[in-house]
Amino acid sequence: MSAPNKSYDPVEVEALKPEVVEQARDEAIAAFAAAGTLDELKQAKVAHTGDRSPLSLANREIGALPPHAKAAAGKLIGQARGAVNQALAKRQAELEAERDARVLVEEAVDVTLPFDRAPRGARHPLTTMAERIEDTFVAMGYQVAEGPEVEAEWLNFDALNLGPDHPARSMQDTFFVQAPDGSADSGVVLRTQTSPVQARTMLDREPPIYVICPGRVYRTDELDATHTPVFRQVEGLAVDEGITFADLKGTIEVLVEKLIGDHLELRWRPSYFPFTEPSAEVDLQCFVCLGASVGNPDRPCRTCSSEGWIELGGCGVVNPRVLVACGVDPNRYSGFAFGLGLERILMNRHNVADMRDMVEGDVRFTLPFGMEI
Amino acid sequence: MRVPLSWLREYVDLPAGATGRDVAERLVRAGLEVETVEQIGADLKGPLVVGEVLSIEELTGFKKPIRHCFVNVGAANGTGEPQEIVCGATNFAVGDKVVVVLPGAVLPGPFPIAARQTYGHTSAGMICSARELGMGDEHNGIIVLPPEYEPGTDAVELLQLVDEVLDIAVTPDRGYCLSMRGVAREAAAAYGLPLADPALLDVPPANSFGYLVKVNDPAGCDRFVARTVVGVDPNAKSPLWLQRRLQKSGIRPISLTVDITNYVMLEVGQPLHAYDKQRVNGPITVRRAEQGETLTTLDGVERKLAAEDLLICDNSGPIGLAGVMGGASTEILDPAAGPGTTEVIIEAAHFDPVAIARTAKRHKLPSEASKRFERGVDPEAARAAAQRAVDLLVLIAGGTDEAGVTDIAAPHPVRTITIAADLPDRVAGTAYGRETVTRRLQEVGCSVAGADVLEVTPPTWRPDLTDPYDLAEEVIRLEGYDNVPARMPNVPPGKGLTEGQRINRRIGVALAAAGYVEVNNYPFLGETAWDALGLEADDRRRRTVKLVNPLNDEEPALRTTLLPGLLGALRRNIGRGNTDLAIYETGTVFLPKDELSVAPRPAVDHRPSAEELAELDAALPDQPRRIAVALAGERLPSGWWGKGSEASWADAVEAARTVARAAGVELTVRQGQLAPWHPGRCAELVVAGTDRVVGHAGELHPRVVKALGLPARSAAMEIDVDLLTADGAERVSGPTVSGFPVATQDVALIVDTAVPAADVEAALRAGAGELLEALRLFDVFTGEQVGEGKKSLAYALRFRAVDRTLTADEATAAREAAVAEAVARTGAVLRGA
Ligand SMILES: [Zn+2]
Repeated sequence: MSAPNKSYDPVEVEALKPEVVEQARDEAIAAFAAAGTLDELKQAKVAHTGDRSPLSLANREIGALPPHAKAAAGKLIGQARGAVNQALAKRQAELEAERDARVLVEEAVDVTLPFDRAPRGARHPLTTMAERIEDTFVAMGYQVAEGPEVEAEWLNFDALNLGPDHPARSMQDTFFVQAPDGSADSGVVLRTQTSPVQARTMLDREPPIYVICPGRVYRTDELDATHTPVFRQVEGLAVDEGITFADLKGTIEVLVEKLIGDHLELRWRPSYFPFTEPSAEVDLQCFVCLGASVGNPDRPCRTCSSEGWIELGGCGVVNPRVLVACGVDPNRYSGFAFGLGLERILMNRHNVADMRDMVEGDVRFTLPFGMEI
Repeated sequence: MRVPLSWLREYVDLPAGATGRDVAERLVRAGLEVETVEQIGADLKGPLVVGEVLSIEELTGFKKPIRHCFVNVGAANGTGEPQEIVCGATNFAVGDKVVVVLPGAVLPGPFPIAARQTYGHTSAGMICSARELGMGDEHNGIIVLPPEYEPGTDAVELLQLVDEVLDIAVTPDRGYCLSMRGVAREAAAAYGLPLADPALLDVPPANSFGYLVKVNDPAGCDRFVARTVVGVDPNAKSPLWLQRRLQKSGIRPISLTVDITNYVMLEVGQPLHAYDKQRVNGPITVRRAEQGETLTTLDGVERKLAAEDLLICDNSGPIGLAGVMGGASTEILDPAAGPGTTEVIIEAAHFDPVAIARTAKRHKLPSEASKRFERGVDPEAARAAAQRAVDLLVLIAGGTDEAGVTDIAAPHPVRTITIAADLPDRVAGTAYGRETVTRRLQEVGCSVAGADVLEVTPPTWRPDLTDPYDLAEEVIRLEGYDNVPARMPNVPPGKGLTEGQRINRRIGVALAAAGYVEVNNYPFLGETAWDALGLEADDRRRRTVKLVNPLNDEEPALRTTLLPGLLGALRRNIGRGNTDLAIYETGTVFLPKDELSVAPRPAVDHRPSAEELAELDAALPDQPRRIAVALAGERLPSGWWGKGSEASWADAVEAARTVARAAGVELTVRQGQLAPWHPGRCAELVVAGTDRVVGHAGELHPRVVKALGLPARSAAMEIDVDLLTADGAERVSGPTVSGFPVATQDVALIVDTAVPAADVEAALRAGAGELLEALRLFDVFTGEQVGEGKKSLAYALRFRAVDRTLTADEATAAREAAVAEAVARTGAVLRGA
């Protein structure tokens, strides 16, 4: 760097001549425009804006000018450098955009690759079906009650108006538990229904009672496509003042609507259960043939055996004798009860053809049902 | 109960166009469970006619006997000439009347008939067997008709080959519907038509010269009617119509006398028994059996009688199990095997339903008779039923009814039920009105008196009607359930699910979200399951609840652990090619109490006492809820992203932590030892802060894996949910989240291999104090550098204060305190120190 020279006339400084400054500016702008890559641009940047670039060198000469010349020279150089920097930034942005576009293309992957690294699980559809029914009733104000699967005969039968010699006892093929002496007289069975939970509930609390009782029950049926010795029921019980058969009908209709929809007809037919009177069986119109298979051998329906109806469950007005055995005053309270077989509902709601699939625990059966049903 | 529609029409004038299905639908809505409507002969097409065998030529030289016949079929073949037919049956002779199907006809199958060449002759039709006509499959030979029918007569009509049969599953309260009379009554009510009651017969009054009968047990037998018929032609056959009705009802024709008793039972519902009068020795006595007595029943089985069995006896001893099955010694004799029976005693009695039920059950003899007595037979139908049988024996068998009529009847109090006229309204929730109630009760057969309060006398055939609610039910069902309105009860606000129920759901969701699939297994198992699990002989889990009547004798016990069923499901899945498995099951196990007892049977006419209820529960096993998982194959699959990982003991332990987290319980894991787990890879699961062991997890013992045919290194976990959640979940207190910077410090500690990592971690946490925000074990290392019998555990410690930025000195001091505690508690040495 030269020392300030106060005698210098600015015109005499070659580097600060306007035409020289303009030329340096134009050369810089042209060099940037010519740079095809960011690297070339970097080189051009060093050449035209670096310490040893013509404009930087010219700028240094300003300090040696007499004060009256400094302003004009400064302005001249400043404008030139501004234009150069602007051109540089513009080109830099252009080249970066080009590079980014190229790199992102290069980084593209096959997004259709499977990434099933986390194992999938599922809950059994009978579990989630029970929960769905529970939730429907809990929303109405019911509570969920549970009880033991190995149950006292008294609670499974006697309290439900099924005395020791009642013919209906032979309707239910019961597993009997061995007594301590090895005999059958233990007074204990595998519950054949979840009704003992209803009895327990009535023995436990005062009306009004609105409970739903899901659970496993047992009957001595061999496993086949439509039977299993261990199956699931959901029973409901309402005991309150003024409960009638009409309340039962309304409740079942709401359940069916929530569970299956309101597009299928229901059929109510009288039946017999010792613990209810009157008793009814509720049939649902066959969702497959809608009844068109009845008496029509050309259109047989496997789902309903061409009957047109599918049995949904049994129900009725609680027999006052059951209320008495469970300590409820039948003159003040009445009740209704219903029981549904979950396997059958699952078969019908989800087109499950063979009940064995529900009990064998094959993960391929359960997986599609996911976490809720 | 099988009900031929043609027979039903005899008692109710059903609309001519009503099909079996129509009638079934009406009966179903009235409460009869019509299971099927069978179309008999639906695909049958004539000509099917009576033929007379004119000639038989036995053809020889074939593998089986073949007959070349000419049969007179009258004008049915259009020519009147004898019909040439080749036949393979031999149970007919020249002159016999047979059933001939002519070309152009279709037999059930469908099986079209055409003339054809066979065995060197033309066969223009067939001589038919009962089976070919769909009449039943008991006869292989062809049907030989009684001689009175003219050749050419239409046999479709004659043999009533076209009909509809309603098969009704009769519920226990409807014993009366085990008869045409009862079903006809329901059909009449359903159609609003009058009933022609087959039990309305003229019966001569009882007199003193009937067959001598003594009833020593009037409680067991409150009615005994006996009639005698003599001069019965032992060779008389049941007429076709009678045979056909029995066949359609599912009862095989046997002999005329037996067929008649069966027919009357089907018609009126009263089981009858016929004795060969000449084989009965002296008066008939009804009494209970004495210890040691025996009786050979009709089926040839000698039965040891129990003191409770109700018997029919003569001077020789027992001759019948009352209401269940007759004895062989007085059986009606078959004329084919010697002189047939010519004198008959008809018994029409009424027995105690409970006595009959117990005897039938005790001797495993559910008969048509016992089925009816158990459900209740109309005691007033006995006389009419006996009369009907006598009439048929006289009419068909040419017998003479003797004048003596025995009728012993214990006095029956008239049962009257008082019912408020609006009770049906209150039960149904609708308004029927008194008139409707009265009319419906009368249709059922009740006599009704009174106004607001009705005095109702049920009919004798409805022993099930005993209280006002029984009557209300009759009204409501006959009025139709469809006509009851639907309404919702006013349910008071509920409390939702209990905490325990929510936890059970959360656990399932957590495991499923962690990749486990739920399975449900039967709880039945046998000793071999315990042997496979390698349980010691005195292992408490071998103490099981046992069933009297298991489905499979090899599996008489109930599970005390979920593992046998779950591991079975694991193997089943592997066998089906599902190799990478993580499954879970939740359910109860059954643990016998220390003190075994028998459950009482309190009375049902009031609430049991608190003591009785406690005794009921004391007799039941403990039934805690468990959850278990089983794993095999890859837990995390390998793939294009890299290597996965095999399921291991660690996954099983983590499953336990998953369950505990879902339950809101903190779990401490410590080294354990329990079959069926690998002794060095078994974790004991303990509720933190307690000594309560709630389960185990780890790798299965190699011997167990081998015994069960599972892949090596299969793992399992089982935890008792009730024990786990016994203290309830603690309510989470919201943490203070500090915004100050974190200070991270790593430490590596060398400890003896036997020192559990859990102990080291606990010591570090205790020593680090409040500034420790998180701690994570990031490496476990063994090898020469750390020395024999040692392992290096590397931890990352994150320190942070809630109120300030920690200085490096503070963080270091906390780390040193943590290390010091680990050194003190576990003998750890700081690595690199
Ligand atoms: Zn269908």
